[in-house]
Amino acid sequence: MERLVFDIAHALAGGLVLVSFMMLYQDRLSALINIFAVQAVLLALSVAWQAYMQQAPHLYITAAIALLFKAIVIPVALHRIIKQLGIHREIEPVVGIGSTMFIGIGLVALSMVVMLRVTGNAAPVAREDLAFALSVILLGMLMMVTRRNAVGQVIGFMSLENGLVLAATGAKGMPLVVEISVAFSVLIAFIVIGIFLFRIRERFDTVDLSALDSHRGGQ
Amino acid sequence: MGAWAFDPVLMVVLIPLLSAPVLALLPNYKVSARINVLAALATLLAASSLFFVERPPPGNYLLVDDLNIVFIVLNTFVAFTTSVFSASYIGHELETGKLPAPYLRFYHAMYQVLAFAMNLAFVANNLGLMWVGVEVATLTTVLMVGIYRTPAALEAAWKYFILGSVGIALALFGTILVYMAAQPVVGEGNNAMLWTVLMQNVAAFDPALLNLAFVFLLLGYGTKMGLAPLHAWLPDAHAEGPTPISAVLSGLLLNVALYALLRYKLLLAASPGALAPGPLMMIMGLVSLVFAAFMLYRRRDIKRLFAYSSIEHMGIITFAFGMGGVIANFAGLLHMVMHSLTKSAIFFAVGHVAQIKGTQNIADIRGLTQTHPLLGWGLVGGVLAIAGVPPMGIFMSEFLVVSSTIAHAPWLALPLVLGLLVAFGALLLRLTALAFGEPSGSTAAVKASYVPLYAHLALVLSAGLYLPPALVLWFQHVAAMLG
Repeated sequence: MERLVFDIAHALAGGLVLVSFMMLYQDRLSALINIFAVQAVLLALSVAWQAYMQQAPHLYITAAIALLFKAIVIPVALHRIIKQLGIHREIEPVVGIGSTMFIGIGLVALSMVVMLRVTGNAAPVAREDLAFALSVILLGMLMMVTRRNAVGQVIGFMSLENGLVLAATGAKGMPLVVEISVAFSVLIAFIVIGIFLFRIRERFDTVDLSALDSHRGGQ
Repeated sequence: MGAWAFDPVLMVVLIPLLSAPVLALLPNYKVSARINVLAALATLLAASSLFFVERPPPGNYLLVDDLNIVFIVLNTFVAFTTSVFSASYIGHELETGKLPAPYLRFYHAMYQVLAFAMNLAFVANNLGLMWVGVEVATLTTVLMVGIYRTPAALEAAWKYFILGSVGIALALFGTILVYMAAQPVVGEGNNAMLWTVLMQNVAAFDPALLNLAFVFLLLGYGTKMGLAPLHAWLPDAHAEGPTPISAVLSGLLLNVALYALLRYKLLLAASPGALAPGPLMMIMGLVSLVFAAFMLYRRRDIKRLFAYSSIEHMGIITFAFGMGGVIANFAGLLHMVMHSLTKSAIFFAVGHVAQIKGTQNIADIRGLTQTHPLLGWGLVGGVLAIAGVPPMGIFMSEFLVVSSTIAHAPWLALPLVLGLLVAFGALLLRLTALAFGEPSGSTAAVKASYVPLYAHLALVLSAGLYLPPALVLWFQHVAAMLG
């Protein structure tokens, strides 16, 4: 029975990494947003499972936030934004899908090697959770680097943040997890719904950041 | 009530927090600029009283010890003088229509939120709380950098947001790893996140986890400090935001990240099995110093110039603390204080200069000492101080860093001195063009507030000439504490 409990935790965390990979090669923004919603659902399940395993009811709040906010509210808002901006049909060039995937595999291997070696003394669940979490974080960073589009970068950041929540819930009994997940949600809400896209939209016809590069001030 | 009635630690955090909504609601910018100054002054007084009243014992959330008191007082002092400068700066921005009135409400409220977040990061006894403080401070400054809403300002804010978020995310992962290391020893829950508890038990923590955590923390908080190669956000954010924010960014926010890093360095140093954090910090510090020193030559924008100078000085400070030992730590502390005071003074001057001339382009600003003697000579004083000309305070701290390097690691003194000299040359080259020669551009008089500018310069000068023994003792004590 205990074996099964662990396996489910691993499967969910591993699923997060897999979905991160799927995000890397999406070339349409709307598809990217949908995949992100899938990852948020997986995160919610994973956190809820941790809450059950650790008998830590407050983690259900974090799970609920992930489900309501990241799997529903944010994707809906993003879909509306890209529709308003008229970029929902556009295909976003992702720099070299093949090489991106290879780098991604390298990053996952790196985080496995590093985390499993370093966390020899920690509890087994936490160990593998952390290794998966670091993979999700690094893949999120990779996505932020390879995307030129503001919406794509925000999604990369949110998926990075999913990895952080996974790590924080995996660390048994860590205080402030709920507060931190709320703080992050506020941060994301600020960015997504708020001022930046709105302001960038105001001045430009496209939210492609390469359009902004020409406006850099004098060096 | 009794002892509860006046708790300076709480006041340092609560005054800015409570004044923020008031400022957000007040429509009249003149009144709110004054309230902003008053709130900053009250925070400064509360912070200074920490020297005199008995300190509360470290609690679950807040902590005051000999180390962070230096940071808190410096932070609240510069926040106060900057608010004075901001009042006159903002008046001009409103006249020229660069900032509409509703934005000013937002601006003043954000100023106090920023002060709150920075103070929170300083007094937090809890790793998580400190991280929250740094995160909120980052977010508020992102919003303030973008406040002009020009394309360049938006790009700077966006870049700052992206890099800053990655930085704070890495720092959070490092924080989680520290908790993981502490949890088997001190047990689950809040205890495993308290500095005071961690410091007592760190010897029993898993050193491998601590090492890994420190790498993430160094990268995360190092991004916030603007250490090369993670500095890309810093020049843009300094150049495109309102100048009071540039002053706060350089003078204060970089120190917040530095403080966080120092805390973790202390933690690692107390663990016998963990790697020595010093060499990593020394390398990043030296790279930042040399890199920024060479970059100084190619700057055309006056605020960018001094932003790169901030990278250079954060490099020196990180290098000094990384080297460790009483003298180097003393030099690092002194350099940090001097840099905060000098750099914010320079930005006070630069802010008014850019307003008069209507440009930040160095090539278009000439002969300031002739057209605006007070402002021009203030800028000259500030740049001389930041370049490390004796007898200013920065000369003394740089001298200590160099001599301590020669004693500890002589071969590192070479790149260090090279970086210092290159930066010195670049700054003086730019200064002669800015301050002397045939005046150019507008010669209109300016309603500037010279008091903060000259007060800072006077402090820097007097620190170079004579450091009060009490202050020296205090710094020596903290330096010894830093190991």
